[in-house]
Amino acid sequence: MKALLRYREVWLLAAIVVLIGLISMRFPGFAAFGNLRQVFNDTSILMILALGQMVVILTRSIDLSMASNLCFTGMVVAMLNAAHPAIPIPLLIVIALLVGLVLGAINGFLVWRLNIPSIVVTLGTLTIYRGATFVISGGAWVNADQMSPDFIGLQRAAFLGIPVLSWITILVIALFFLLMTRTALGRSIYAIGVNPTASIYAGIDVGRTRFIVFCISGMAAGLCGYLWISRYVIASVEVANGYELNIIAACVIGGISIAGGIGSVGGAVLGALFLGIISNALPVINISPFWQMAISGSAIILAVVLNARGERRQGRIILKKAEAA
Amino acid sequence: MTDTPAPRHIPDRLDTPFSSAIFSWEALLVAVAVAIFAVNSFASPYFLDAWSLSDLTFNFTEKALIALAMALLIISGEIDLSVAAIIALASTMMGMAVQAGAGTPVLVAIGILVGLGCGAFNGLLVTRLGLPSIVVTIGTMSLFRGIAFIVLGDQAYKGYPASFAFFGQGYVWWVVSFELTLLLVAAVIYWFLLHRTSFGRRVFAIGNNPVAAQFSGVRVGRIKFILFCLTGLMAGIASVLITSRLGSTRPSIAQGYELEVITMVVLGGVSILGGAGSILGVVLAAFIMGLVTFGLGLLNVPGIVMSIFIGLLLIIVIALPIVWRRLRRERFT
Repeated sequence: MKALLRYREVWLLAAIVVLIGLISMRFPGFAAFGNLRQVFNDTSILMILALGQMVVILTRSIDLSMASNLCFTGMVVAMLNAAHPAIPIPLLIVIALLVGLVLGAINGFLVWRLNIPSIVVTLGTLTIYRGATFVISGGAWVNADQMSPDFIGLQRAAFLGIPVLSWITILVIALFFLLMTRTALGRSIYAIGVNPTASIYAGIDVGRTRFIVFCISGMAAGLCGYLWISRYVIASVEVANGYELNIIAACVIGGISIAGGIGSVGGAVLGALFLGIISNALPVINISPFWQMAISGSAIILAVVLNARGERRQGRIILKKAEAA
Repeated sequence: MTDTPAPRHIPDRLDTPFSSAIFSWEALLVAVAVAIFAVNSFASPYFLDAWSLSDLTFNFTEKALIALAMALLIISGEIDLSVAAIIALASTMMGMAVQAGAGTPVLVAIGILVGLGCGAFNGLLVTRLGLPSIVVTIGTMSLFRGIAFIVLGDQAYKGYPASFAFFGQGYVWWVVSFELTLLLVAAVIYWFLLHRTSFGRRVFAIGNNPVAAQFSGVRVGRIKFILFCLTGLMAGIASVLITSRLGSTRPSIAQGYELEVITMVVLGGVSILGGAGSILGVVLAAFIMGLVTFGLGLLNVPGIVMSIFIGLLLIIVIALPIVWRRLRRERFT
């Protein structure tokens, strides 16, 4: 099983290398280190979100509210910064994590205690959180000139030649890697995805673990709330509208099975990177950005077709034969 | 989505028909609808007017038409997130036909056929290749709308023929619009299909246990394929209506409709896990969502704040029976 997982990420990595190679044929500067560093930085936020979504999907759940959570949290920190520029940025980041955590915990609580399917809960909170953003802001925007220079500048500051945003992402990737491979919680998350009933008999509290994964995805969305607003320097109700499906797309391309239990940190990162490269490359090779949507759609379908081949278990294959007969 | 269902509580004796009707999902929805209707009538003097109530129906008929087919699809355990993108693609194709000088009948045919084709494409991917529908349709959602963006870019198609405007703006009799008539006719057809034919029984059987249905001789793959085609077809019809109503096509047309349609279906009492639901519930849910948005609109509540009410309504209506059942069970055991 582990060999198979490693196999899939290697293939995705190979696909990315081929993609970069093809783009370089049209535009030689694309593969330069400086540009790839820029692509990584541009994709950072999507990577963090995809990692948060990954732990949820692994437990056979889904979080459709991440983009709305991001929008709400971003508005909260932007308004705080505009009203009280003296609040230090690290404290604002902590506030963003906490607000995101609370919104994620609401999702998790409804899934855990009331046993409502996660797709229904997060479909509801998707509209509620974005509506709440309108209520707290009164529909007004927070513009660049209302934000303090530190608020905007922190993630752009370079450390060892790499922007802080990229460092934060590398730190988050490392934390998720430790969580998924070195902790009991990580093991439980995989176990629930593979077989929820067996997990209960193995002593795992399935409901509580699902609550925790929604808290994790909420925190990831909260952190990205600050990062998104300070990157694009505008906070409005429209921020990241519809982005929830991009996050899921990154996970799917990264080989994370929507049926739960299959997927890895490397896959989520590479899946996000794949989408990031496509959106970065189209303008430089003179393809209209209007093509981007159709191309990523095709990539998603292709990824699902390829992933499905690796996922078919013995029992399912028997059924397929019965269906074909 | 495969969440684990809660363990079933088995009662000592069945409820009487009267009490099961009183505690049914549809009764709850009727109560909610009446409550919202009453609140609206008190809150705004403009609400109780035949033309106001007629206008009210326009903001949900197109979505409700798709919700009818989507209900069957969700009952069978699948989902289609690409319906709004199908509307965009079908509308774009109709726009291209207008530029080529096509008349109204051709336009309608193109809209419906493009919808049907998109639905068949989803159905093939899901049933022939055995892929999970939620991810397939996230992919085709980007693909279909992506094609609309490739064709149109930041442009818009206009210049639809005057006779084309009837579908989205015309009235059949007094205040009864063509859209509403179509919705009611479609609702009766879908009600008959789901609750009165063996096809409907098979849809429920597949949703409850696809493996058992397969071994009972139900052609699971074929029925799911038909359901995807129906959903695409309804999206195509909705595309004709919305294009006719707006009189123009942009690639961003009907953005976000897919989640509203699914909210409608779930609010209507269809189990997102498959295997349960009714057409009556979906139609009631459509009216409730229309009443809420229209009533709040008369009170000058902005659209985005209304979405909070819709979201809360969804979660509360789903949570209420669960909390209620839990309380009742604790009292009796």
